[in-house]
Amino acid sequence: MTDWSIATATDVAAAVRSGLVSARSVVDGCLGRIDTYDKSIGAFTKVTRERALARAAEIDSQITRGEDPGPLAGVPFAVKNLFDVEGVPTLAGSKINRDRAPAIKDAVLIERLEAAGAILVGALNMGEYAYDFTGENIHEGPSRNPHAINHLAGGSSGGSGAATAAGFVPLTLGSDTNGSIRVPSSLCGLFGLKPTYGRLSRSGTFPFVASLDHLGPLARSVSDLTLSYNAMFGADASDPVCTERSDPPVALVPGANLDGLRIAKAGGYFEQGGHAEAFEAVARICSALQVDQTRDVKNAALARASAYLITMAEGASLHLDRLKTRHADYDPDVRDRLLAGAMIPGAWVTKAQKFRAFFRAQMLALFEELDVLVAPVTPCVAPQIGQKTFVLGGKELPVRPNLGLFTQPISFIGLPVVSVPVWLDGSKLPIGVQIITAPWREDLALRVAAWLEENGHVVAPVADLERKTT
Amino acid sequence: MSQDDFDADAIANSMLAFLDLPDEPSYRPGIVTHLVAARGIAAELLTFPMDDEAEPAPVFKS
Repeated sequence: MTDWSIATATDVAAAVRSGLVSARSVVDGCLGRIDTYDKSIGAFTKVTRERALARAAEIDSQITRGEDPGPLAGVPFAVKNLFDVEGVPTLAGSKINRDRAPAIKDAVLIERLEAAGAILVGALNMGEYAYDFTGENIHEGPSRNPHAINHLAGGSSGGSGAATAAGFVPLTLGSDTNGSIRVPSSLCGLFGLKPTYGRLSRSGTFPFVASLDHLGPLARSVSDLTLSYNAMFGADASDPVCTERSDPPVALVPGANLDGLRIAKAGGYFEQGGHAEAFEAVARICSALQVDQTRDVKNAALARASAYLITMAEGASLHLDRLKTRHADYDPDVRDRLLAGAMIPGAWVTKAQKFRAFFRAQMLALFEELDVLVAPVTPCVAPQIGQKTFVLGGKELPVRPNLGLFTQPISFIGLPVVSVPVWLDGSKLPIGVQIITAPWREDLALRVAAWLEENGHVVAPVADLERKTT
Repeated sequence: MSQDDFDADAIANSMLAFLDLPDEPSYRPGIVTHLVAARGIAAELLTFPMDDEAEPAPVFKS
């Protein structure tokens, strides 16, 4: 008998649409699993139980009337708590925002998922104000890695990673400024989509770095990423960055091959400064894809440096007034970075933004010769909760800013990426690989990820919580 | 300027006053650490040659 509480979104939607299972039954299963296990995982900061049950009843009524609720019919999902949820203060991982008035309407992406039949079941833990790669939160406690609960879930979308890997919901939304969807996807063994900058509307979410902020889904199958992506993309005048492009929905074709795609391994910067597992995972994916070329991504270190400086400065600008009045209420690690960020010279930030245009042109030229670039996501599998430093490239470095050293250069110029989960032989923890494509080619990244999944090279299992949490 | 010949604590001291930001003694070590890290990470970028005509990436649309 199928346990619908841990099924994929694709399977749930098919079962609900066909009348095989009710949305109420699916939601009851998810809420029960959250009630039983989330005290050990720390994924949710708010479970919207009444709302979810009411929404499930609506979906079931539609089915009874012979109507189609949509391609995500009855699919439970949850969102990083920087998304506005009607009636709930938008925390963005902070203590300070607990004083905000409840949101008066949902974020645009929540509206779009629900319009496709999905059911919101709650808001998720995250690193404070998204300035984080660990998923630890000083106010709420850490989001724990469901595959090894003494290890990090990754951040800043830590609750999104933890909830999806724990099987609380098949689909979550996160944000990614410098890697915050891809890092938890890597550490929790999930598929994560960071679309092109400007692809998905950010309207109704608490910002971090406006010129770098992206939103996107995390899931346990590529089909689920694709279903949700298709439901969410489209123009939105309320986000000035959101594209007006009208690309067709992504259609995955089972059994399709990758013939004709020009794929290369990212060289240079992306081959250094990580642990062996990061490069073994890339090698495994490149072998599966029969990649026979490595392309040096020149200036990637400068891209990361530029993203780092822009993040410090824009983040500080966002928080400058709060730093004067509420400084004692911040996570000290976040506060001190923001205070230092306020001191970054404007000339440095402008140089970084000029370099951004230069690097974008360099990478667009590379994508004239290539369709797909393969690179590590994180430099290692999940470190332990509370671990402050690790050794990368022979240097002891802080964990918090360095888990994203391979993701930062890519989001810096807004390229679309699917993070795919690799389980190396004998490892109890997964690690991700970035499938990177040219701007607006999410379809190609999803197609490659789907091929890898279909052929058994990547997999995102639900964690065995009964064994891990007892 | 080399990496080591600037006084991050003095910069923090001045800038906190200049920006009217809180100057709590317990915050200072963290701020200094991040200023040193930022200076280090900026160093190579700042020497990267760019044309005077180079345009920054953000595009304002009227």
